[in-house]
Amino acid sequence: MIRILLVLGLFATAASAVEPDEILSDPTLEARARVISANLRCVVCQNEPIDTSNAGVARDLRLLVRERLVAGDTDKQVFDYVVARYGDYVLFKPPWKSTTYALWLTPIAFAIFGMLSILLILRRSSREFTIVEALSPEEEAQLSELEKRKKDRDI
Amino acid sequence: MKKLLSLLPLCAAIGIGIAGWWGLNPNRDPGAIPSVLIDKPVPVFELSDVAGTGTPGLATQDLLMSQEPILVNVFASWCLPCRAEHAVLARMVREEDLNLVGINYKDKPATAAKWLAELGNPYSRIGSDQTGRAGIEWGISGVPETFIVGPGGKVIFRHVGPISSDAALAKIRGALAVARKDKP
Repeated sequence: MIRILLVLGLFATAASAVEPDEILSDPTLEARARVISANLRCVVCQNEPIDTSNAGVARDLRLLVRERLVAGDTDKQVFDYVVARYGDYVLFKPPWKSTTYALWLTPIAFAIFGMLSILLILRRSSREFTIVEALSPEEEAQLSELEKRKKDRDI
Repeated sequence: MKKLLSLLPLCAAIGIGIAGWWGLNPNRDPGAIPSVLIDKPVPVFELSDVAGTGTPGLATQDLLMSQEPILVNVFASWCLPCRAEHAVLARMVREEDLNLVGINYKDKPATAAKWLAELGNPYSRIGSDQTGRAGIEWGISGVPETFIVGPGGKVIFRHVGPISSDAALAKIRGALAVARKDKP
């Protein structure tokens, strides 16, 4: 039992995010590798990019990304290679297709709904303040009577 | 226009309702990662045997030939759930005339051989994947994982985690039955 725990412990500490032995000697390739791995989701931790994940699979994928870059792949080819094995799921920015319409359109729909609501509320409230009905002839007469009386008193 | 706008809150309520109904469904597993391999041919890989087991290694070619479905089990001796699952798999092989092959994931051959000697070896072939590269080809996220390869070498089912619960076992049996039915 203790031995198993020790093995598990070693496994957990042996891999940590981007270790010195992973880094490529070519700085431009390494920079590209960092950008790619920041956009690939770790399949174990799920909401973390493989760039910062300590999971074993994340390290394997980081090494794989660098290997593909050294072999001369473009960034797109590297993404395609990983997506072919793990699906669109690993992309933090999923492509525009039938299964992702809801994902892309929901925020836009909410924004339009929100703007329409605000517009509607503004219009209603401005109407309440500006619409002044004309005075009836009797009210007109009452008003001039009041004004006349006020003037008389002031004098 | 005004009438149309007055329907907007209702539409929004229905939309939120549908999203909630879908999202709160107890049968939905939000952490499930769909496998891209389903209905595709088995990935290309070639693994040598695990030294000391006396069992041959495993490569793509071995999975293309069979007329019967094959269970591909990714396991490791350092993985505790694999130990729990092992007895279930061994019993299935013994009682159901099933072809079980293994991918020994990131394991030391000596430890793996000892593990199998202790628990019994139900695998007809075992490939040693010490780098985890074949694991990436299969798109696994950890061990144990089990795939069913149908006749002709098409991947038809994937199970993440140990096959130790009755529910998991029932799912595997169901998929196997389907695979046996669509024999070419």
